[in-house]
Formats: sequence, structure tokens, C-alpha cells
Amino acid sequence: MSPRRGFRHPGSFGSSLPERGLLLLVLIVLLQGSLLPFGAASSPDVGHRDEADVHAEAEEKHNFTKKPFPVLSFEYKHIQVPFEISLWVLLASLMKLGFHLIPRLPGIVPESCLLILVGLLVGGLIKLAGQKVPPVLDSNLFFFCLLPPIILDAGYFLPIRPFMENLGTILMFAVVGTLWNAFFIGGLLYAVCQIQPNNPSDLHSLELLPCLLFGSIISAVDPVAVLAVFEEIHINELLHILVFGESLLNDAVTVVLYHLFEEYSGVGSVTVIDGVLGVISFFVVALGGVLVGAIYGILAAFTSRFTSHTRVIEPLFVFVYSYMAYLSAEMFHLSGIMALIACGAVMRPYVEANISHKSHTTIKYFLKMWSSVSETLIFIFLGVATVDGQHNWNWTFVTVTVVLCLVARVIGVVGLTYVINKFRIVKLTTKDQFIVAYGGLRGAIAFSLGFLLDKRHFPLRNMFLTAIIIVIFFTVFVQGMTIKPLVDLLAVKKKQEAKRSINEEIHTQFLDHLLTGIEDICGHYGHHHWKDKLNRFNKKYVKKCLIAGERSKEPQLIAFYHKLEMKHAIELVESGGGAKLSSAIPSTVSMQNIQPKKPAPAKPEDRVLPKLSKSREEEIRKILRSNLQKTRQRLRSYNRHTLLADPYEDNFGEFLLKKQKMMKWRPHLPMFVCCFNTPGTLADPQAYSMKPALDSVPTIQVDLASPQSPDSVNILDEFQRSEQAAAAEEGEDDGGLMMKAPTRPHERCNAGEMDAGTREKLSRCLSDPGPHAEDEDEDEPFLP
Amino acid sequence: MGSRASTLLREEEIEEIKKETGFSHSQITRLYSRFTSLDKGENGTLSREDFQRIPELAINPLGDRIINAFFPEGEDQVNFRGFMRTLAHFRPIEDSEKNKNTSTSEPLNSRTNKLLFAFRLYDLDRDDKISRDELLQVLRMMVGVNISDEQLGSIADRTIQEADTNGDSSISFNEFIKVLEKVDVEQKMSIRFLH
Repeated sequence: MSPRRGFRHPGSFGSSLPERGLLLLVLIVLLQGSLLPFGAASSPDVGHRDEADVHAEAEEKHNFTKKPFPVLSFEYKHIQVPFEISLWVLLASLMKLGFHLIPRLPGIVPESCLLILVGLLVGGLIKLAGQKVPPVLDSNLFFFCLLPPIILDAGYFLPIRPFMENLGTILMFAVVGTLWNAFFIGGLLYAVCQIQPNNPSDLHSLELLPCLLFGSIISAVDPVAVLAVFEEIHINELLHILVFGESLLNDAVTVVLYHLFEEYSGVGSVTVIDGVLGVISFFVVALGGVLVGAIYGILAAFTSRFTSHTRVIEPLFVFVYSYMAYLSAEMFHLSGIMALIACGAVMRPYVEANISHKSHTTIKYFLKMWSSVSETLIFIFLGVATVDGQHNWNWTFVTVTVVLCLVARVIGVVGLTYVINKFRIVKLTTKDQFIVAYGGLRGAIAFSLGFLLDKRHFPLRNMFLTAIIIVIFFTVFVQGMTIKPLVDLLAVKKKQEAKRSINEEIHTQFLDHLLTGIEDICGHYGHHHWKDKLNRFNKKYVKKCLIAGERSKEPQLIAFYHKLEMKHAIELVESGGGAKLSSAIPSTVSMQNIQPKKPAPAKPEDRVLPKLSKSREEEIRKILRSNLQKTRQRLRSYNRHTLLADPYEDNFGEFLLKKQKMMKWRPHLPMFVCCFNTPGTLADPQAYSMKPALDSVPTIQVDLASPQSPDSVNILDEFQRSEQAAAAEEGEDDGGLMMKAPTRPHERCNAGEMDAGTREKLSRCLSDPGPHAEDEDEDEPFLP
Repeated sequence: MGSRASTLLREEEIEEIKKETGFSHSQITRLYSRFTSLDKGENGTLSREDFQRIPELAINPLGDRIINAFFPEGEDQVNFRGFMRTLAHFRPIEDSEKNKNTSTSEPLNSRTNKLLFAFRLYDLDRDDKISRDELLQVLRMMVGVNISDEQLGSIADRTIQEADTNGDSSISFNEFIKVLEKVDVEQKMSIRFLH
């Protein structure tokens, strides 16, 4: 999972700056803290004022007196709700910023702890101001607004392969583990509550069923808390996916248990039939949730197939379909979390093959942004709700709960691992078990579920809430803070940061086929057999329906390879390796030979660049940028209408104007022709053609797969190509987009010469990402 | 099945196979019944046609190579011992074996031997190097017919370049091991032989 945390500022700040920044932040916090009660205060007043206004108006209608026109008026109620929401969001974001400005704090204390403290502070401020704390952790707000972005982010970027490989283990932990926790905690709590007949207290009124309900609320590992803490400790993929997968999948169990016990707590008894119905309900909830999510996922994938004309709203489909999956599942009391996960995971490979590069970046950043803000808000609200809540403190209950949670978790993990290891190829060691047990953090979901309880049925609701909050605080603070040193102490294997190489990809696929073959020989219908069957089904039927055009036939290996090459090419030019490009002429050289220089800070005196006019440079930049991005999009339709309709591309008219300007420069600079050949186009000789009008335009040809120069970047002399250009189709559209027709693949353009000056210009141009922001590389192959 | 009496597995054989490959008794008997079900000719050995009769192998891109891996150099028949010896490479590595020092020789399912098996599937001419052509052949089998030769060539070039440390434009066994050091080979090349 790529980290969602804010970035660290470069350490070049003077020592006074972080302190100043901190002071500023504290001031802002106080300001907001004081504004909020003011907001809360003004609303009842305004409410009264409103009624008064109505009366006044009624009177005024009779005797209309002329008042002076209000030049400036203040009406808070008008904007109160959105204003307060924005204030909270702003507070959350500023807090995030602030923590990373403080030098050493983020390393010691996890963010979640600090955020809860901030929430406590703000809640305290509000209370001090004497105002009523807004009910921030209202369950509707939590479940409909705050939780879905986090879960969607997790589901969309879920690493499918490790998840599926360990699915059995994850399910065991999620289902059996949570059941064990719930019954163990609930049962023992009930027993403890009954054991003091001499001092009758509130506890005695606690029946078995409310205890079990409490147990089921408190037993579920929380995905928000796990994500928040585990992201900072970078443990190896296996452990991460085990704990995280468990936190996601136990939602189904929690939903069933919660509803079951809540229903029957009123009645007071549960029969065997109810138990059986509960079990059936569990399967319905879990599988139903997944089914709903999968349906919406397929719908989204299918929709994305047709979005080539309206690229701008592509991300919207992803978000809306997922959110609707969540809401639909919640409508039927199915597991909304599993629906979201299923939706994101199902739609991802197909959507990513269909959408443009920019949409992909948009989706990634929006999801990260929303989930980050959501998470911050959740922790702050936890703090606020703690200050606000009516607490019923009962020493016995709280301490027993905390102790039981820990004990139940440890016993559950150890017992389950013993059983699971019998079926696993790679066994879980004691260290792994310890981390899994220690990583069982509780979070805001438990609190919200407790908050939902009806006070009439559960007179001891406040006691429950207090205990839940204490458990959450304990796990987040104590376990959250100590897990990092413990991981270091135990020398648990950490996440390997290196990116996947083409070797690993090829050999992994090779081994997959090999293992499938061996399994078939043994007649053993194992893991590989079914995976192979699924892949084949996917390739044959599903991909054809859901992926538009040429890309449906593209093997995974090829897609991976192209991503790699593209990344390498961009890296290379960005690091100023342009000087070596001329040596890339020999045909057998691959991109690998041209190693990007280590990114050194550019010293101005090293680069002696001839003067280029600004407009010229901007021109070149725009052309290169648009072409580099266009490749990712893999144009399939190639008539002028499609190209013209792309909203990202520049106006042709604008381009013509610039062309006039450039005509002046013709004799001075060799021009570069920029075009990309994607493999899909090789099969379509008529796919693209040169535009004759643009032969004076600088372009760069990056031939990814040409017979002469496989992976090199050819810098062409455009004059050479003018005869080919003559045969080309008249085109309009944006300034930079030109595709060369590979009618005869063997007649590739020869690389022209390039002098040092233009080479450096080229590298400087390409190094500027331009106003369309960074195109960040994806870190992992999106296809599993 | 009286006619099969002569080909029934004797206890001593089971013991020998157990020692050589590390399979358990029940695994050996189970695999023996699979062996006999594949052996249509009922002569105690399997030929290439017997393997090719398995439907899923026909659509496996590496089917032919896998079948060839079972047959020792130049022979056309493989008996049960050979069958088990090849399959032994895919036995999961157990914890007890991990800690044992390599006293005599490494067990067949050690990581190195697993990788050697995979390496040999690439390296058909047994010159202990994966040359560009051999890599191209495997890539072609895995990727299908839609991709042009030039593209595959560039992929092969890049692959070799990434792995090649001694500059001989081919991948030796050591380079192969090094490239796969991050991959969890113990898990990827193991099949749980449950009964």
C-alpha cells in the first residue's frame, strides 16, 4: 500500500521555522476551537431570532416601515452547517501538516494517537467555552461519509495476489477468530458480572445477551486503526495482508452478530433455531455483500469501456458505482464493507485498462486524499466524542474488558495458527503470530456500533461506551506506540521496497504454468489449477466484454513490459541522460543500457544552454508532454473525430499560430519528430499517419518496438521524413499528437544527428512536468 | 485387477522411494495409483503419449517441456521411480529440513534443486546458460501469437540485461538464482500433496 501520509519537508528549514509554524498552528486551532462554540452558540440565538423574525414580519406586513438598507449584515445560520464541516476538515488537514513539521515526533508516536489527543483538546476547548459539543461521531455520518472512502481506497488498491493466496488463513482469522473473541469476551464478562452477590451493583442487571452483544461489538479488529498503524511500520507483505484482510472480512461476522443479539436482547432469549438462522444469515450477508459489490464492479467496468469520448468524468464512475454498491448492500443489511472491497477489486483490472492515464492518476489521488482526510477526522472525532460523552465509569467492567480483549486475542491467534499451519505451505512462525495478535486494534467502528445502541433496550449503554472508548484508547495508544519498537526488536521481516523487475514477472508466470502442469499430471485439483481456469475464463470471455478495443487481447506480460519501458524512458530523460541518447543508435541496444544518471541537483553552471525563446520552449514542452501521456492512453480509435474530441488536447488553431512563429526557427535547429508506436498499432498499418503540415514541428520518436532499434529513443532529423510526411493524411487536432504509420515496419526512420546543445534542450524540456502536474508512476503492476 | 498384479508396488520399493524423495507412505501410494491410471499400456512405464493424453496439459503453454522434464536423457519411457523423482522437486520444504545441515546431499526439494529444475526447463541444450534464443522460445510460448518478434526480442534483451552480471549475454544458473532471490520460491514451487 503506498503511504498516504503527508510528505516531509526537506530538512533545509532553519530551526526557527518549525517552531514558528507550530505556533501558528496552535493559534489556528484555538481560533477554530473558539469559533465552533461560537457557531454552536449562535444557532440557538438565531433560532430564537428566526421565530421573532416571523412574528415581526407578520406585524410588519401590516405596517411596513422602511428600514435603512443593510450594507453589511451578518447571518451565521445561513451558512452554519457547511461552514462547520469545512472548519473540521480544515482542522484535520492542518493537523496532518503540523505533525510532519515537528522534527522527531512522527517517528515515535503514530499519527492516530496524536489525532485523538487533538480531538480531546478541541473537545475540551468546546466544553470550556460552555457550549454543547456537536454530535460529531453520529453513526450516520460515520457509516455513510467517513468510512466508505477508507474502505474503497483499501479495496481498490488491495494486492489481489497475496490476498487470494492467503484467503483461507484470512477467513479463518476473520470468521472463527471473531466468533471466538465475541463469545469468549461476552461470556466471561457475564460471568464476572454475576460473581459479586454481596455488593449488588449495576452490573447485576446485565443479562447474558447484552453481554454477548457487547462482546461482538468489541471483538472486531478495525480496518481504520490497523491501516493507520501498520502503514507506518512497513512490515512484510504477508503479515500486513493477514491482519488487514482479517480486519476487512470480519465485518460480515460483526454485522450478523450485532443484528442477531440486538434483535433478541429485547426478547431475552435465543433459541437454537435463531442460532441456525444466524449461521445462514452469516453466509447470506457475506456472500451477498460480495455479490452486490461484484455486480456493481462489473457495471463500472462495462461503463468504462465507453468513456473514451468523455475522459473527464471517468473517475466519477468509479466513485459513484462503488458508493452505490456500499449503500445497496447496507440497504439489505448485507456487509457494506465487503461489497466495497469486492467492487473495487473486481473493477480495477478492467477499468485501468480502459481509462486514460490522467484519470488513473485522478482516481488514485482522490481516493488517497479522501481516505486520508476521513481517517484524520475519525480520530479527531473520537477524541471529541470522548470528552463529550456521558460516561458511566465502572472499574470492574472496564478493566475486565481490556484484559479479556487481550487474552482472547492471544488465545484465538495461537489456537487458530496451530490449526492453520497444518494446511499451509509456508507456516506461520511464532513471531508472525505475535505480530498478528498484537495487531488486533480496535477502532471507531466499535464505537459507532455502540453509539447506535438504543438506550431503552440497553440501560447500560453509557457503560458500554466508556468501556469501548477505553479499549480503543488502549489499543491505539499502547499497542500503536509500541508496535514499531517491537517489530524492530523482534527483527520481523520488513517490506521489500524494490520494484518488480521484468525477470521476476516472467519467471513468476513461468512457474505458474509449470505448477499448473505438474498439478494436472498429479491429478491434484489445487490452487494453481483453479487459478489457471479462472485466468483462462477471464481472458476468453470477460476481458472481451469489459475492455475496449485492442487492449483486451494484450497479454499481461506485454502490458507490464510497456509500463516498465515507459517508466524507464521518462526516468532517463528526466535525469538528463540525453547526452547518451545519440549512442543509442545501434539496433541491439535496449533501454537498459542507458542507465539514468543518479539524480544530482542541477548545478546551473554545468548546463550551458543556448537561449531558447520562451514560447518555443513552451511549445516543445507541450508537445512532448502530450505525447508522453498519450502513449499511456493507447489510442485505439484513430479517426480524426476521436482525436479532435479529446478534451485534453490543445486547440488546433492555437497550434497553427505557433507554427507560424516556429517557421522562423527552421534553419537554426534540427527538429525532432515525436511519436510513439504502441504494439497494438503494429497490427494496424493504417492506424496513424503523419501530418504533412507539421513537419516543422519538433517531435521525438520513441520507438518502443521497432526492428532496428528496439528500445532506443531515436532523435530524427525531420527533413529526412518529409517525403514520408507527404503521403500522410491531413490532420488537425492538437499540436503534439502525431502517430506514424508503420506500414512497412522495416523502413524505420534512421536516427539523425543531434548536437550537444539540442540534446540538453531536449532533456531540460522533458524534465519539466508542466502545469498538468506530476504523472506519478504506479508502483505495482495493476494486473494480478 | 489380476493382470496388474505384477506391477503392484512392493514394500521395499516404497521404502526406497521414501528415502530418496521424502514422500510419505500414503503419498506414494496415492501417486502410484495416479501413475497406473495414466499408464494405459499397463507396462509399468509412461510414454510421452500417456502424458499428452491429459487434457489440461495440452493447453498449457509449457506442456511439452514439462513432459520432457520427466524423461531422462534420450529415453522414451519413465518408470515410477523416475516419476516420483521428478515430482519430489515439488514437495514443500518442511521446517525440520530447513534446519538440517546438508550432510550428504541436498534433498530433491531444496530451494536450489527447485530452481535448478526450473532452470533446466528453460535451458534445453543443457549448456548451463539460458541464451537469448531459449528465452525467446519460452516467451513466445507464454505470450501467444499476437505479439511481433521484434517486441519479444526487446523483452528478451531487457530480461537478459537485467539479470546478466558477467556480460556473456545469457543467464547462468547463479544469475538465475540471484534474480529470483526476492521471490518466495519455496511457496511458489510447492504443491501440497494431500491425500
